[in-house]
Amino acid sequence: MKQFLEGSYAVAEVIKLCRPGVISAYPITPQTHIVEGLAQIVADGELNSQFVNVESEHSAASVVLGGSAAGVRVYTASSSQGLILMSEVIFNIAGMRLPVVLTCANRSLSAPINIWNDQQDSVSLRDAGWVQLYAENNQEVVDLHLIAYRLGEDKSVMLPVMVCMDGFILTHGMEVVDMPEQDKVDKFLPPYKPLYKLDPDEPLSMGLLADPGYYTETRFAIQETQKEVLKFLPKISEEFRNVFGRDYRDCLVEEYLTEDAERVIVAMGSVCGTIKKVVDDFRAKGKKVGLLKIISFRPFPYARVYEALKNVPKVAVLDKSVSLGGMAAPLALEVKAAFCGKKKAPKIISSFVAGLGGRDITLDSVREVLKKLTAKEVNLEYIDLKQELLKDEYGG
Amino acid sequence: MGDRLLYKPGHTACAGCGQAIAARLVIEAAGPNTIIANNTGCLEVFTTRYPESAWDVPWIHSLFENCAAVASGIEAALKYLGKKDSINVIAQAGDGGTADIGLQALSGMLERGHDILYVCYDNEAYMNTGIQRSGLTPYDTNTTTSPAGSKSAGNIRPKKPMPEIALAHGIPYVATSSAGYLQDIQRKVKKALSIKGPKYMQIHVPCPLGWRHESNLTMDVARLAVETGLYPLIEYENGALIGKRQISPKPVEEYLKTQGRFKHLLNNPAELKKVQEIADNNIKKYGLKVESQASSS
Repeated sequence: MKQFLEGSYAVAEVIKLCRPGVISAYPITPQTHIVEGLAQIVADGELNSQFVNVESEHSAASVVLGGSAAGVRVYTASSSQGLILMSEVIFNIAGMRLPVVLTCANRSLSAPINIWNDQQDSVSLRDAGWVQLYAENNQEVVDLHLIAYRLGEDKSVMLPVMVCMDGFILTHGMEVVDMPEQDKVDKFLPPYKPLYKLDPDEPLSMGLLADPGYYTETRFAIQETQKEVLKFLPKISEEFRNVFGRDYRDCLVEEYLTEDAERVIVAMGSVCGTIKKVVDDFRAKGKKVGLLKIISFRPFPYARVYEALKNVPKVAVLDKSVSLGGMAAPLALEVKAAFCGKKKAPKIISSFVAGLGGRDITLDSVREVLKKLTAKEVNLEYIDLKQELLKDEYGG
Repeated sequence: MGDRLLYKPGHTACAGCGQAIAARLVIEAAGPNTIIANNTGCLEVFTTRYPESAWDVPWIHSLFENCAAVASGIEAALKYLGKKDSINVIAQAGDGGTADIGLQALSGMLERGHDILYVCYDNEAYMNTGIQRSGLTPYDTNTTTSPAGSKSAGNIRPKKPMPEIALAHGIPYVATSSAGYLQDIQRKVKKALSIKGPKYMQIHVPCPLGWRHESNLTMDVARLAVETGLYPLIEYENGALIGKRQISPKPVEEYLKTQGRFKHLLNNPAELKKVQEIADNNIKKYGLKVESQASSS
C-alpha cells in the first residue's frame, strides 16, 4: 500500500512487518525517529517484541547479540558515534555469525562534532565482516531491510547485515513508499530458524577462545561467505521481485545509462538520485554520461564493477567519506582495485570527495565532478572546498 | 543435581584457583536449566579454549564488558519465547569486568529490572592479564600496576563498594560470599534464583598466583579475609540487611601475612593500622562481632 511518510517511520513500519522478537537501541541523531516509531508500535501492541532501552550503543549491540544467540530475530539502529561505540560488538557479532540487522542512519564522525550526513561511520566498519547495503531512496530503504533479514538468516550466509541510509536526507525525508503487505513479507521472510542457539535442552558454548591453531580459519570462512553473498544476493533479489514486483536486478549495483557512456560517476546512497538528474540533463544534450550505483559495498562486487566500467574511458568515483592518509577515498580504492592487473580498464579513475558533514551535494557539485573528470587523473579532489576557510584556519 | 556435571573437570585453571571452585558451586546450585553469559577473563579462558568447553549448560562469551547486556538480550529473548519462567539467566565476570569496564552495562541491567543473577568473582585484580590493579583491589595491595616501592605502599585506594552500588539500584537481592564458605555460596545462589528481578552476588575468590600464597591454602586464606572483617559476608533482601556472618575478629596481620601481595606491609605499622581500620569499620558498620548479636547467618 502506498504511503507518504518519513524515511525513519518507513523503517519502523517495515521492521514491524519483519517481526523481530528483541529490539534494542540507544538514541542518537539522526537515528532517533526510527526507534521512536518502533517504541510506539510496540507500545500500541502492533508488534509483539521485547523493546530494551539501554544505557549505551555498546549495550544495544550486546543486547541484540544476546537475543540473536538465544535464537530470536533481532533489530537495532544507530549512527555515527553510536555505531563507532558499538564497533567492538559489531566485529564480535560478525565473528559469532549472528544474523543481526542494523540500520545505520549515516552521519559524520567527530571531531569536530557534526550531526549531519556523510558515510564515514559505516564505511569505517567495512572490515568488520558485515554485509553493507546502501539505499538511494526510501523505497529502497524499506526493501533492503526485507532483503537484509532474508539474506543474513539464510543458513548458507549467517552474517549480520547493515542497511545504510543517509541521515536526514533519507531518515527525515518525506517520500511516497509502497509498504509491503504482511502476508507477502511472511512469504518472503519465514520465521527465523537458527542453526544454533542457547538452549538448555541442547547445551553448547558460544564465543570460545580460538588460539593461533584455529583463529585464521574463522576469518577465512567469513571471507568465503562474503564471496558467496555476491552470488546469493541476485537470487534473493529475484525472489523479492517475484513476491513484491520491484526489481533490484542483482542487488549489487545499478547501471544507469552506462552502456555507451564515455563518462561514468560511481557513487552510493542518496546522492545517486542527484547524479541521475545530472545524467538525464547531459543525455538530453547528447552527452554520453552515466551512473554506476553501488548497492552492496560489502561484499564489494568487483566483477560487476569491472564489467560495467571496462569500456568506459573516464570514471569519477564520488565518495562521502575519506580514508585519511590514503591515496584515494574508500569507494574509489575499491573501484581502482577492480581493475588491478586487468587488460581492459578505464583510462582515468579519478577520486572525488563531497558531502562531508552534511554539506549539500547539489546538481552543480555533480557537474563540477564531471568538469574535473579530465584526461588528468586526480585523487582526493574535494568538491565545494572552501579555500577561504583553510586560509583562516592556518593564518594564510 | 544428579550425575550430570554442569561444570566438568579438565579445564585449565591454576591449582587452588578460588574462582574455579566458586564457579562450579554457582552452576551446580543453579542447575541445568540455566544460560550463562560470561565476560572475558580467567574463567572464560580456562573453561572454553576451543575446541573444548567445561560447560554443560548453554554458555556464551562475547566481550570483556558486556555480559550484563548480553544476558539482558538473552533474558528478553526468553521472555519473547515465553520460556523465562523455566530458565535461569546468569551473567558472570571477574572484578575488573564488573567494577571497572563492565560497570556501565551492569548498572543498565540492574536498572532495567531484568530477571538475571549477576555474579562477580572477586579475586581483586586483573589476574588474566598479569595481576594489574582493578577497582576492587584492596588498599595497599602490591600489584604489577600498583607496586609497592620506596614511595608507595601499593594500591592507593580502598575497594570500590560494589555491593552498595548494586544495592543503590533498588534491586531485590544483593549478597557477598566467599570461596572459603562453600555452602554459603550455594545457599545464596539458590535464594537469589528464587527471587524475580536483578540480583547481585560478589564472591571473594583467592588467586594463589596473584595473591602469592600456596595453592593448598585457598580455603584458609578466603576464610581469614572474612574472619578479620576485611571481607564481610552480608546479604540484603529488598534493601534490608537480612544476614551476616558474624566473627570473633582476628587481627588483619593474620590474613595479610599469608600472602606475598601484602608482604611489604608487615614491617609498616602505620599502614597496617590503616588496613586494620578498614576491617574495624566493616565490623562496626555491619555488626559483625559475635558478642554484638546472638544470631549469625
